[in-house]
Amino acid sequence: MTLYDFAAAPFLEFGFMRRALAACLALSLGCGPVGVLLVLRRMSLMGDAMSHAVLPGAAIGFLAAGLSLWTMSIGGFLAGLAVALLAGLVSRVTALREDASFAAFYLISLAGGVLIVSLRGSNVDLMHVLFGTILAVDDAGLLLVAGIATVTLLTLALLYRPLVVECFDPGFLRAVGGTGGRLGALCHLVFLVLVVLNLVGGFQALGTLMAVGLMMLPAASARFWAEGIATLALTAMALAFASGIGGLLLSFHLNLPSGPSIVLVAGAGYLLSLALGPVGSLRTRWFPGRHLEA
Amino acid sequence: MAPTLADALADPLIRLTDLTLGYRRHPAVHHLSGGFREGSLTAVVGPNGAGKSTLLKAIVGALRPLDGRVTLHGLTAADIAYLPQQAEIERDFPIDVLDTVLLGHWRRVGLFRSIGPALTRQAGEALAAVGLSGFERRPIAALSVGQFQRVLFARLLLQDARLILLDEPFTAIDARTTADLLEVVRRWHGERRTVVAVLHDLEQVRSHFPDTLLLAREPIAWGRTADALAPANLFRARAMAEGWDDKAALCRRSAP
Repeated sequence: MTLYDFAAAPFLEFGFMRRALAACLALSLGCGPVGVLLVLRRMSLMGDAMSHAVLPGAAIGFLAAGLSLWTMSIGGFLAGLAVALLAGLVSRVTALREDASFAAFYLISLAGGVLIVSLRGSNVDLMHVLFGTILAVDDAGLLLVAGIATVTLLTLALLYRPLVVECFDPGFLRAVGGTGGRLGALCHLVFLVLVVLNLVGGFQALGTLMAVGLMMLPAASARFWAEGIATLALTAMALAFASGIGGLLLSFHLNLPSGPSIVLVAGAGYLLSLALGPVGSLRTRWFPGRHLEA
Repeated sequence: MAPTLADALADPLIRLTDLTLGYRRHPAVHHLSGGFREGSLTAVVGPNGAGKSTLLKAIVGALRPLDGRVTLHGLTAADIAYLPQQAEIERDFPIDVLDTVLLGHWRRVGLFRSIGPALTRQAGEALAAVGLSGFERRPIAALSVGQFQRVLFARLLLQDARLILLDEPFTAIDARTTADLLEVVRRWHGERRTVVAVLHDLEQVRSHFPDTLLLAREPIAWGRTADALAPANLFRARAMAEGWDDKAALCRRSAP
C-alpha cells in the first residue's frame, strides 16, 4: 500500500470520510483551547464529569424524537448546564467544595441517563449515544460542530484577558475587575457553558464517554511542548486534529470503531509527548544536558 | 481606650467606627475606632492572631464587619491596591514577568484596550524600580519567592492607587530586597499616597513608618510610632489572650 492509498485515498474517495475529517477539524478548533484552559484551571477531571452529565439530556431527547441530532444536542446541553450550575450553586451556598458537588451531580445524571436509554432503546441505540459515530455525521451535524467551534473561538477571544487572570490570580481580578468583583464568577460561568457546548459537539461524533478525550488529551500533551497560553492552545488544536486524522485512518483501514480509535491516537500522542516533549518531559528530566553558565 | 491621634482627625481617608471584625461571631478585631489620614504611612503591628490581616480585608471590603463600619472618603474600589499575605496566585502558571506586571494597568486597559508602547515602557520602569530589569521574558515559575515579591511590587507601582495595603510584604524576603522595597514604599509616601502595612519587625517600623497602630484584638495604641511602641504598650499587647473560647458570652459593650 502506498502512502497515497493509506493517507489520502480514503478522504478523496469517500464523502463520509471527508465529512468526518471536517467534523474533526471543527472539534479540534473548539476543544483545543477549552481543554488548555481546563488544565490550567486544574479542572481536568471536571471535563470528564461534565461529559457524563450530558447523557440524561441526550437520552431524553432520544426518547422524545429518536436518533435526532438537534433534540439530543439540546437535551444534552441543558443537562450539562444544569449540572454545572447546580454544582456551582451548591459550592457557593454550602460548605461542600465544587469538585465534590460536581462528582455527586454527574453520577446522579449518568445513572439517570443510562436508565432512560435502557428502558426504551435497544443496546445498539445505547452504543450510539455512548460511543458516537463520526462516520455518520450529516450536514446538520457538521453545521452544529462548526457553529460550536465558531462560538467558542469568538467567546474566548472576547473573554481572553479575564479568563486568563481568573486562573492566574483570582484575588487580583476580584479587586480590579469592576462589576462589584463578579467578573470572575461571570467568566467562570461562560467558560462552563463553553465546556458543555464543546462536549455536546463532540458527543455525536465520539459519544458521550469519549467526547472529553479530544478535549483533555491534546491539552495535557500540549503542556510538554509549549510554555505560553497562546502556543499551548495552538499546539492542542494541532494535536487534536492530527489525532482526528490518525484515528479516522486507523478506523478506516482496520475496520475499528471511530470514536475509540481517535481517542486512542490522542492517547498515544500524549504518551509520546510525555516521553519526548521539550518542556518538563521524561526526556528533559533524565537527560537534562549540561548546565549553563548563568 | 485612651483617645488617639486618629480620633482627633476631622476627615480621615478611612474612618473606622467602633469596628468589630471576626469569624463565626468570634471577634478578631474588637471595637476599633479611628482613622487613616490621606498621605499617611502607617504600620499595623501586633502578635499573631491580633486581627491585623483581618483589618486589611475589611478595608478592601472582602470581609463584612460583625459590628461597626469602615467608611472610605472619596475612594472607590479602583483606588485601592491590596497585596495579601498569601495571594491565591498560581505560581506555575505559564505567564512571564512582563505580562504579570502589565496587569497593573488593568484600570486603564480593561478587557479590550491594547497595551501600547507607552504602557509597556512604564512596566519596564516599574521593573527597574524593583531591581528586576532584564527579567521581562522570564516565566514566573522560574522566580524565587523574593523575586516574585518584587514583581508584585512592580505591579502595585503600575496600579497607581491612592491607598496601598500591604500584608506582611517583607516576610521571607532578604535584607537587600527588603531595603529596595522599603525604598518603593518611601516613594509612595513622598507621592502622598496612603500606605498601610502589616509588619513584624519593630526596628523596621521605628525607622521607616511615622505612624503605628498596635493591635492585639483590642486596639492598644494608635499614633506616632515612638509613642505607640512604648514598652508599656508592647507589654499589654503581648499579654493578649490568644485563646478561642467556644462558650464566649455575648459582648456587652455592643449591647443596644
